[in-house]
Amino acid sequence: MQFGNLLEIIDAFVRDGQSIALEGFTHLIPFAAGHEIIRQRRRDLHLIRMTPDLIYDQLIGMGCARELTFSWGGNPGVGSLYRLRDAVEHGWPQPLRIHEHSHAGMAAAYTAGAARLPFGVLRGYAGTDLPGVNAQIRSVICPYSGERLATVPALNPDVTILHAQTADRNGNVRIDGIVGAQKEAALAARQLIVTVERIVDDLGHAMNAVVLPHWVVTAIARVPRGAYPSYAHGVYARDNAFYLAWDDIARDRDVFRAWMQRHVLDCRDHAQFLESLEEQAA
Amino acid sequence: MTGAPAVTGRTGADVSARAPWTPDEMMTIAAARLLRPGCVCFVGIGVPSAAANLARLTHAPDIVLIYESGTIGTKPDVLPLSIGDGELAETATVVVSLPEIFSFWLQAGRIDVGFLGAAQIDRFGNLNTTVIGDYAQPKTRMPGAGGAPEIACHARRTFVVLKQSRRSFVEKLDFRSSAGFLGGGAERAALGVGGTGPQVVITDLGVLKPDPATNEMTLVARYDGITVEQVVAATGWPLRVAAQVDVVPPPTEQELAVLRDLNERTRIAHARPFAR
Repeated sequence: MQFGNLLEIIDAFVRDGQSIALEGFTHLIPFAAGHEIIRQRRRDLHLIRMTPDLIYDQLIGMGCARELTFSWGGNPGVGSLYRLRDAVEHGWPQPLRIHEHSHAGMAAAYTAGAARLPFGVLRGYAGTDLPGVNAQIRSVICPYSGERLATVPALNPDVTILHAQTADRNGNVRIDGIVGAQKEAALAARQLIVTVERIVDDLGHAMNAVVLPHWVVTAIARVPRGAYPSYAHGVYARDNAFYLAWDDIARDRDVFRAWMQRHVLDCRDHAQFLESLEEQAA
Repeated sequence: MTGAPAVTGRTGADVSARAPWTPDEMMTIAAARLLRPGCVCFVGIGVPSAAANLARLTHAPDIVLIYESGTIGTKPDVLPLSIGDGELAETATVVVSLPEIFSFWLQAGRIDVGFLGAAQIDRFGNLNTTVIGDYAQPKTRMPGAGGAPEIACHARRTFVVLKQSRRSFVEKLDFRSSAGFLGGGAERAALGVGGTGPQVVITDLGVLKPDPATNEMTLVARYDGITVEQVVAATGWPLRVAAQVDVVPPPTEQELAVLRDLNERTRIAHARPFAR
């Protein structure tokens, strides 16, 4: 486990062509880390995320991805992810190979990955067309009951990246609020990078909390508001107005590119990204 | 109703029921009425979320609302924009992980009603939320299935809510994202799909239920001011119509006032810019 700044950590651990999972189910989405990957112009990534959300819309639109494993690709409560759509519908800025699941299937795949089992098993996908378009969705006969059960191959990302509220000085990480599949995605990964709101002396009495102990963490960077415009429970709220505004930004290729240039590429880090939004709002 | 004083909601807006209701309001209210007190409901974002919370704020205060973000027994004061808004966690009885919500709660059969929306539905209640056109070269790529495939096969019954038109009520789905009664009759049960399937479809024109023998969706009720012919014309297949089509009672003043106040609170909350 090492502490560092986000620029150096992404530079050291995220390589072109890797499979990477930036997890967080609506909550604690690691936007700062995603932006740093865009700034460092990583290419040919296999992006993994249950809900691609705005951060993968941005990574896809900026040409960082060649594959996507996902289970629900919309702007939650708003509508489309237009950059994801443009890649699938028109191959812009490059074709995107998709591996599409249901949420239950992705959850089972991460759980299997964390347990280092070869596949996850569930009663799922029944009567749907998904197995017909995703050859990874198969089935197995239960050796005890004879029942046919759906299977999905384990997900073991090269790198999982999370955002969390708190780490202590030893590198133990604590997550509060909606915890999604973060623990499973973290333990399924070969390397785990975490950005945190704060680093404290003592995590508190966290007996039943989601805690990722320091020896499963590769690197930690402190990035205040690192999940913005997603949120960090107890620290800041989800900026729903931003999610609504993204609809118009992402709809048009040129508007999108100009926005990414101004607010991500032309900014040195996440603090500058936040400042650039404040300047625009002023 | 005339001469009644204006009803002012907690936001201060006039939410009195004297204004005529919209088709969306009627659809949401009709859906809310179908949720029984005490039922355990797995809720999707949009109309299902509005209807489930309206039920909780009117006739079913003890309804248990579960969102797939792992929030169990949640009682949001404003409707969540996303399935994982902080509001849902703060007001929940307990928050669990995604693998847990899908395996221990949904797959294990602890859900009474799964409440789904869709872009397309066919006559047997199968749903499409994935693509319009060919999967490999879609005309329109939609968000996809999310939690729906397993909600559709593990909830004891599902309720479907969507606006009715020839674009949404189609002869043939472009993609089957979640299972209704498949090809009809006993095909669903024969495949071993769990639950009893879509037991009701609530639209902005009326209410459909599966025929007991064929499981084909059949018009059983229409809204005040909507004709059976209008509903048939808005359906992309020759719609079966029950021998007796009931008229759904119009919204009460209380239902409209509570729904409008909820929507107004929500609108204000979602427009609030980033708190610095």
